[in-house]
Amino acid sequence: MPDAFRRDDRDVHPPLDSPPYKSTALRHPKQPLVYLPHTITEVTGPALGPARVGELDHDLTRQHAGEPLGERITISGRLLDGDGRPIRDALVEVWQPNAAGRYRHRWDRWPAPIDPNFSGAGRCLTDTEGRYSFVTVKPGPYPWGNHPNAWRPAHIHFSLLGTAFAQRLVTQMYFPGDPLFPYDPIFNSVRDPDVRERLISSFSIESSRESWALAYVWDIVLRGRDETPMEAGP
Amino acid sequence: MSAPLTPSQTVGPYLALGLPWEDGPYAAAAGAPGAIRISGRVLDGSGDPIPDALVETWQSSPEIGVGFRAFARCPSDDDGRWFVFTLRPGPVPGPAGTTQAPHLDVSVFARGMLHRVVTRIYFADEADANATDPVLASVPPDRRETLLARLGNDGHRFDIRIQGLDETVFFDV
Repeated sequence: MPDAFRRDDRDVHPPLDSPPYKSTALRHPKQPLVYLPHTITEVTGPALGPARVGELDHDLTRQHAGEPLGERITISGRLLDGDGRPIRDALVEVWQPNAAGRYRHRWDRWPAPIDPNFSGAGRCLTDTEGRYSFVTVKPGPYPWGNHPNAWRPAHIHFSLLGTAFAQRLVTQMYFPGDPLFPYDPIFNSVRDPDVRERLISSFSIESSRESWALAYVWDIVLRGRDETPMEAGP
Repeated sequence: MSAPLTPSQTVGPYLALGLPWEDGPYAAAAGAPGAIRISGRVLDGSGDPIPDALVETWQSSPEIGVGFRAFARCPSDDDGRWFVFTLRPGPVPGPAGTTQAPHLDVSVFARGMLHRVVTRIYFADEADANATDPVLASVPPDRRETLLARLGNDGHRFDIRIQGLDETVFFDV
């Protein structure tokens, strides 16, 4: 049986009860969490092969008859574990609003235009070096009802399955220098400012392709394995 | 070399754009012999349905079953309902030579949740196996019931109460 995974440092992830983000009020457990040892169920995970990924799923600009409006960009990086090892053949799923900040979802009523050439969803598998890559348009910021004059900084949602149940992560990638950072309770729910910075991609002139697209680079790190043998209990 | 972990963020209200798969709830193919249906609702601290949640399950395979993914994913509907179609898991090894009762690991994601919550589905009709399960043994006795799926007319029923009366037991994984 594979080794257990290291326990997350408590300061890495945001608290489930985070009053500035109002929707957390009725959606966080009030009872203490019970320690779950890493057994065979937690240290294994689904193998989801290439069958789950279509040829154009990684390119959000080529999923319709025409090209979407907005600033064409690439997002790429590596999926690593906490020991810096690449996580290969892992599913990466993304979703985002269009360049005007509008999600193609029946609940999104923000009166920005829908782009008929943009669905805003993509997926890919990491390669042998853990690399993933997407082509998309830069998402716009958008207002939300959390507090007066609330706006979400531009972001792309990422979902990672890793190799094991214990590595599962859903997060958001932001763009460097966003003026909305100080006002966003979701971004700021990560309490340590240094840890928060890990959610921000870097602009890369080297990876930008001449006369075609600007490049943003973002590495994602999931838990590493514990070096000690399988845990016996708390 | 150690690399700094990426923090979690909420899945947000629009997860339905990116995460559901057409075959998502079907860990086992529809019509697979011996498959079971597990379903329930996701409820918030007011007892109201959470219509923008995603429930994922992962489990052992009863044997090496061709076409059995062992992983299922289902977004909740407007009434907070979700279901998965899967094969019944068997007992698996636990810590320190123990045996774990049949169970599924569950992740729940939703708007208003900055990180997933994790629970487990056990089966109410596995009383003997449950009685010696090391994880259930670590749960306060008066809360163990929240981890038991109960067989009804529509398969096994498992509601997930994020907060409040009869709050489901969630785990630190």
